[in-house]
Amino acid sequence: MTQTVSDHGAVSEHTAVRYEQDADRIVVLTLDDPTASANTMNELYRSSMAAAVDRLEQEREDIAGVVVTSAKKTFFAGGNLKDMMKARPEDAAAVFAHIEAVKADLRRLEKLGKPVVAAINGTALGGGLEIALACHHRIVVDDDSIVLGVPEVTLGLLPGGGGVTRTVRMLGLQSALLDVLLTGKKYKPAAAREKGLVDELVGSRDDLLTAAKAWVREHQNDEEAATQPWDRSGYKMPGGTPSSPKLAQFLPAFPANLRKQAKGANYPAPRAIMSAAVEGAQVDFDTASRIESRYLTHLVVGQNSKNMIQAFFFDLQAINSGALRPSDVPHFKATRLGVLGAGMMGAGIAYSAARAGIDVVLKDVSIEAAEKGKSYSDGLLEKAVSRGRMTPEQKAEVLGRITPTADYADLAGCDSVIEAVFEDPALKKQVYGEAQDVVNGDALLASNTSTLPITELAEGVNRPEDFVGMHFFSPVDKMPLVEIIKGAKTSPAAVARAIDVVQQIKKTPIVVNDSRGFYTSRVYGTLLNEAAALLAEGVDPQTIERAATLAGFPAPPLAMLDEVSLTLTQHIRKATQEAAARAGQTLPHHPAEEVIDRMVGEFGRKGKAAGAGFYEYPADGKKFLWPGLREHFAKPGVDVPLRDIQERYLFNMALETARCFGEGVIESSAAANIGSIMGIGFPPLYGGTVQYMVGYEGGLAGFVARARELAAAYGERFEPPADLVKRAESGSGF
Amino acid sequence: MTRTDAPQAFVYDAIRTPRGRGKKTGSLYEVKPIDLVVGLLDELKTRNPSFDPGRVDDVVLGVVTPIGDQGSDIAKTAVLKAGYPETVAGVQLNRFCASGLEAVNQAAARVRSGFEDLILAGGVESMSRVPMASDGGAWAMDPATAFDTSFVPQGIGADLIATIEGYSRSDVDAFAAESQARAAKAQANGYFDHSVIPVRDLNGLVVLDKDEFIRPGTTVESLASLPPSFAAIGDQGGFDAVALEKYHWVEKIDHVHHAGNSSGIVDGASLVMIGTEEVGTELGLTPRARILATAVSGADPTIMLTGPAPASRKALAKAGLTTDDLDLVEMNEAFAAVAMRFMKDLDLPHEKVNVNGGAIAMGHPLGATGSMLLGTIVDELHRRDLRYGLVTLCVGGGMGIATVVERI
Repeated sequence: MTQTVSDHGAVSEHTAVRYEQDADRIVVLTLDDPTASANTMNELYRSSMAAAVDRLEQEREDIAGVVVTSAKKTFFAGGNLKDMMKARPEDAAAVFAHIEAVKADLRRLEKLGKPVVAAINGTALGGGLEIALACHHRIVVDDDSIVLGVPEVTLGLLPGGGGVTRTVRMLGLQSALLDVLLTGKKYKPAAAREKGLVDELVGSRDDLLTAAKAWVREHQNDEEAATQPWDRSGYKMPGGTPSSPKLAQFLPAFPANLRKQAKGANYPAPRAIMSAAVEGAQVDFDTASRIESRYLTHLVVGQNSKNMIQAFFFDLQAINSGALRPSDVPHFKATRLGVLGAGMMGAGIAYSAARAGIDVVLKDVSIEAAEKGKSYSDGLLEKAVSRGRMTPEQKAEVLGRITPTADYADLAGCDSVIEAVFEDPALKKQVYGEAQDVVNGDALLASNTSTLPITELAEGVNRPEDFVGMHFFSPVDKMPLVEIIKGAKTSPAAVARAIDVVQQIKKTPIVVNDSRGFYTSRVYGTLLNEAAALLAEGVDPQTIERAATLAGFPAPPLAMLDEVSLTLTQHIRKATQEAAARAGQTLPHHPAEEVIDRMVGEFGRKGKAAGAGFYEYPADGKKFLWPGLREHFAKPGVDVPLRDIQERYLFNMALETARCFGEGVIESSAAANIGSIMGIGFPPLYGGTVQYMVGYEGGLAGFVARARELAAAYGERFEPPADLVKRAESGSGF
Repeated sequence: MTRTDAPQAFVYDAIRTPRGRGKKTGSLYEVKPIDLVVGLLDELKTRNPSFDPGRVDDVVLGVVTPIGDQGSDIAKTAVLKAGYPETVAGVQLNRFCASGLEAVNQAAARVRSGFEDLILAGGVESMSRVPMASDGGAWAMDPATAFDTSFVPQGIGADLIATIEGYSRSDVDAFAAESQARAAKAQANGYFDHSVIPVRDLNGLVVLDKDEFIRPGTTVESLASLPPSFAAIGDQGGFDAVALEKYHWVEKIDHVHHAGNSSGIVDGASLVMIGTEEVGTELGLTPRARILATAVSGADPTIMLTGPAPASRKALAKAGLTTDDLDLVEMNEAFAAVAMRFMKDLDLPHEKVNVNGGAIAMGHPLGATGSMLLGTIVDELHRRDLRYGLVTLCVGGGMGIATVVERI
């Protein structure tokens, strides 16, 4: 450790927790990791906090109280995720010891016997809020850019720095679980005070330390203020403990409801959180805290947290910070966006852009059609107003940014264009032919298509270097992903600008290379085909559907096939086959094909839009599986194990991903992981398609071995591609 | 002797958790009772690879305070949580302090009847989490019943035994110190290692791996300062007076028992695998002992703790054995005077009784103790290469229980 000599001539250690005492004998502990831009629970923090608490205990009699604050923009960021990614089951003892050590210092701070106040100057999530919860009083700056909460559950973890134990004792089991722990909800300061997570708000950062010290001065001889409620005699847990009849009658529904919400998908973190909370509520604080550490250890050394941390922290951060963006291109900000086609997709794109402050020209063949597209935004905004999330004035402002038109001339001045007409190459070429010379000479030209090759579409424009694919997902206002496709002639500048526009409208971009179906549609197609293949084998249709949701897919695949429409599926297959024929290839036969063809040809069931597909769509009720499926497809006695069905979905998608890597369609594992989760519903608990392969039991080699088993049992489409086998054998991974 | 055509009840395995101090600072306080049992159900599979849980007919568990997180038929719940096949049943029973041995005896009887082949018998009690007597009950809590049946707490009965037998405070403390010395030696020499299964958390980390209640180095002198436990309730609670109505020749009760010469409050669980000879052959299991006879009996409920002698005599008679045939005896040390009185009743030398210490040193996890003692005696018969053993416990309500085993 380096040592520095401070202005006062005293020796002060290299520390992440600065210790200063003022004339009123108030000690200010300032969280300020000199090695990083944010404070985390790394080894330096741990040793620094231990030293600070040691000193507080030694000098206890000379201390009026303690203020804990931070010198960073955020208060404290939380646990060290890089370390957690490395922890294996055999490291459990060390992980447990580390967690217990971090908590022991906070417990000592809490039991110092002097009033301790957290002066929260910035966002306090996870470990940050947990430090604050170990203080007797919490004051936060009333600034809506600050959020407070314990979002560990979203990374497959639990707040094991005392977060479970303390929130349960502060709020009671039910509220702590539902409002704070299981949702990972992030509270703005005022809402956090209302919830009881913090005690006091101050108007500005300048007032924070003054208010904190004032609280200490007021309570410096107040023993009760220096004791947490749960350490006072006569403490009663709000809402009662599990042994109280009032709570006991609800308790059996806790885990059942949790499973219902997850549609049966196996998320270990919520289960661990609930267990730690309920078990902890039955015992004393210190035992509860140890139980919490054991559950956290279990999550940290397990695979699920690694999957979720990889996708939702590292991959998402990489993408958001521009890892896929050509770096030498100046940042682009769209001011006037032309949207060609005011159908479902165009209307959704116009809405998202207008919400982000961009002026939108919404063009369709008739003014009526264009107006109808604008009215989609009206409906969404009206809903926001009725729910109190927006004022009528704000609504009017957003709506005012959308100009509906049937006249190409209104596109003048657009610095970017997104075409969203029917999936017909000729039509797309036609509208671009009309628009390209009206918009700015350097405008970004984008086409929203889910499958058509961009290189071919680019032949319809006179500036192919500015032309890029921009695959939005439906419904646009809800789906967070946009898949950007580089055509053969697309310039890096166009890719960079496309990324900038996607981020400007607050969506997440991934970048892929051109290919029929690009990345997401190709991979999604394998899932849908597998569901149809299972039907061909005679598996019960309800099992086909439920296997998917139990595996963690947000929606069942036959229902999704209906959404896509069976005829479109036929159409895409035909186009793909023709393209293959042109290239002198034949596509392997897939057992899904007969099922789709019979559904359309024999039974006239074309999908949801046609009112009949795998499901019935009664006008006055919820859809249900068409009974004819059991009659015509299901075979009694067919018993494909549930795990196999689930792995057939997951492996198909992962193997298609591997093929996309092999063909150069996708080059970034972060893009594959985020794209598969956010675009096509790959189960988040596996962290995306690539993470699923590398995180499979036994690693990539284990994945390859299991793929071969599936191939032997269910068909050669499960045979791992050669370059995936090479990645597994060489250990190069992704 | 035993009828040769009846199936034999063989003991194939007997394991237990270590005993944790039964309070909030005890190591097992954080462990739910269900997990104590599940850990043992898992371990039976691990250490007996050829054991097929699907062959188990029933799991019988003694629990004396079957409420809260050890309520609601914890036996079946544990079977489910351990992932045993759904055909395996589970039942919880309560014969007060004898519950664990009652489970063994019922299992043995059911196996010997020929109705069933393989039963896991044992018990569990987390006294730190579910306090003793928190389940209520008519005997102590219903005045009309208590009045008619002269209810007094067990400790009063133990002190009354000492008074009647003339055991002084230093006599009972000497017994207690010997129990501690024997337990400490047995633990140090690893005599319990064969059967004590460490309690682990969900990460496999050890929570407790050996009995933590033992206090090596305990002496009569070190015990002398402990205050009597039952003097105050005997006097202010009126219980001495109730007992002396019946024991009218006794002038007053000498309250010699205290925390150091009574059984300790602890947490723990135990399981014994009992089956026919045929099922053992089928599963490739090696029998360690044969259960020859079992019995329950009773004596005066007010003094409450003299039941072991009539129960033991009854079981020995059924087994066709006499006291002299016994090589070792495990007599639950509920209170020092109870064990001393039992040795006197059966004319047993202390050298044969509780040779590795008892509940005074290691604690008495109510529902689990009986089956723990069964395992202890089987282990010790093997270690010493001896043949016959007797396990007995005093039981609430004046009952006594006994089991006679033969090492194989």
